[in-house]
Amino acid sequence: MSNNEEFRVLSPTAILGYGFPEASFKRGMERKPHLIGVDAGSTDPGPYYLGAGKSFTDRAFVKRDLRFMIREGVKNGIPVVVGTAGGSGAAPHLEWCRQIIVEIAKEEKLSFKMGVIASDVSKDAVKKALREGRISPLACVPEVTEQMIDETTYLVAQIGIEPIIEALKDGCNVVLAGRCYDPACFAALPVMKGYSEGLALHMGKILECAAIAATPGSGADCALGILKKDSFILEALSPKRKFTCESAAAHTLYEKSDPYHLPGPGGSINLEGCSFTDVGDGRVEVKGSVFEPTPKYLIKLEGARPIGYRSVSIAGTRDPIMIAGIEKILGEVKQQLKEMSPDEDRDKQLFFHVYGKNGVMGALEPLQNATSHELCIIIEALCPTQEQADTLCSVARSTLLHYGYEGRISTAGNLAFPFSPSDIKMGQVFEFSLYHLMDPNGEKLFTHRIETFKDGDLLK
Amino acid sequence: MKRNILEAAKVIRSKNAGPYELTFDIMFKNKEFYEMFKSQQIINRKQMAGVLKIDESDILNLVWFAPANAVKITIKRPISSGAPGETDIYGAQQHAPLLGIEF
Repeated sequence: MSNNEEFRVLSPTAILGYGFPEASFKRGMERKPHLIGVDAGSTDPGPYYLGAGKSFTDRAFVKRDLRFMIREGVKNGIPVVVGTAGGSGAAPHLEWCRQIIVEIAKEEKLSFKMGVIASDVSKDAVKKALREGRISPLACVPEVTEQMIDETTYLVAQIGIEPIIEALKDGCNVVLAGRCYDPACFAALPVMKGYSEGLALHMGKILECAAIAATPGSGADCALGILKKDSFILEALSPKRKFTCESAAAHTLYEKSDPYHLPGPGGSINLEGCSFTDVGDGRVEVKGSVFEPTPKYLIKLEGARPIGYRSVSIAGTRDPIMIAGIEKILGEVKQQLKEMSPDEDRDKQLFFHVYGKNGVMGALEPLQNATSHELCIIIEALCPTQEQADTLCSVARSTLLHYGYEGRISTAGNLAFPFSPSDIKMGQVFEFSLYHLMDPNGEKLFTHRIETFKDGDLLK
Repeated sequence: MKRNILEAAKVIRSKNAGPYELTFDIMFKNKEFYEMFKSQQIINRKQMAGVLKIDESDILNLVWFAPANAVKITIKRPISSGAPGETDIYGAQQHAPLLGIEF
């Protein structure tokens, strides 16, 4: 890196598969980026996707986004780094995304080297670490047990910049990573080239959401980051948007608990001395972000385990007498169901989500006596097997439909169903089982394998 | 006379900060409101526990962030995202009680 040479990073979209306008992407390519990066995942959509090995994004749109990135990246010799493949980054997600790239390579007849980095961690390694006291829960996370680890279907770690740098050093034009610290796919290459780790990671932290950090924000539009020796500049790639000091600073707050210290693999970004300056034309310059390594290089584990099966039924009520007594009525229905199933085991759970009352906030709802002229009731049964969930949902639905609550004058039925069939099998249900830090004890856990494509064919 | 927080704030939002925490952001309209709220500690742990009807010990963090004229309050999620009894996987619709804050 010479004194103030720019390193430009194109971030097309907030999450691979959310899409972006072709015109914005073209404008980004005209700026001759040195890297195209994209974050493809998140834990936000909940534990199901990690636990079940499924993507929460749509295959057709992931392919559409990737086609632009890989084709233009390969043709122009610009490295493309994809982090958290398939949304959760475990083995099936990584393979799902890899298959899409194999298809694109073939259809576009591309020649390139791809580095594939798996981020799964073996259960044995985690159990060993647990026994040796090298696992610690993050804030508010319960302790993990060996049984919970055994029950976990997919267990990944957020990788940092290091495995990506190794793949790039091996000459990979495309790097496809499993679960990855969001900023790492943007920061790896500039750090490898000698740019400040604090600035590169902070820029990555903003670019991983692409134009969400601009104003008006959008998760489906491109952003450009220009890294220099002592600062970075953020630039929107659509004339409809711009970066302001406020939009960039506000984004620094997003989805974190402490805006001054952003922890990641091996250390955290310290923003205490960070400044945001408007440099005109809808651009913002950021200075002063510093990377502070932790004494030990810790990695964050994520895992999800199955906890049963779900069935739901959606219904509404418009009866003012029923609405006035809804809490009591639902309590009585639960009681009646309990009495009807003497062999009832405690693993069977029934929930009523009452929209129009407290469906959104549940126990946190401070408004106690809200009234609405109609309510939506979602009956949710959560049981060890699908059959049990179907049964509980069905019986709860029929009991509530004909329940003779106090003061009832509408005796033909208590619920309005929008659909037939009224009950929906939701399949297997998962919950997060691991959200812990692990000290790998210096062991190298993540490596890349190289796949070579020649004129679209994957060489064996 | 008491005024509603919407006179002073332009963004009030909630979101998961990972699957086990819920974080609230209040961004003020300008530096003056930010400084006023900060210096008078209008937003504080005890007051927020009251607004959210939770124990003060469940408030994990309350940070004033000058670059965004914002204050951030992070609480323990009642259950982990998606666990049995969930109502809001992303945690993006838990901000309503903050809209009633007065100053």
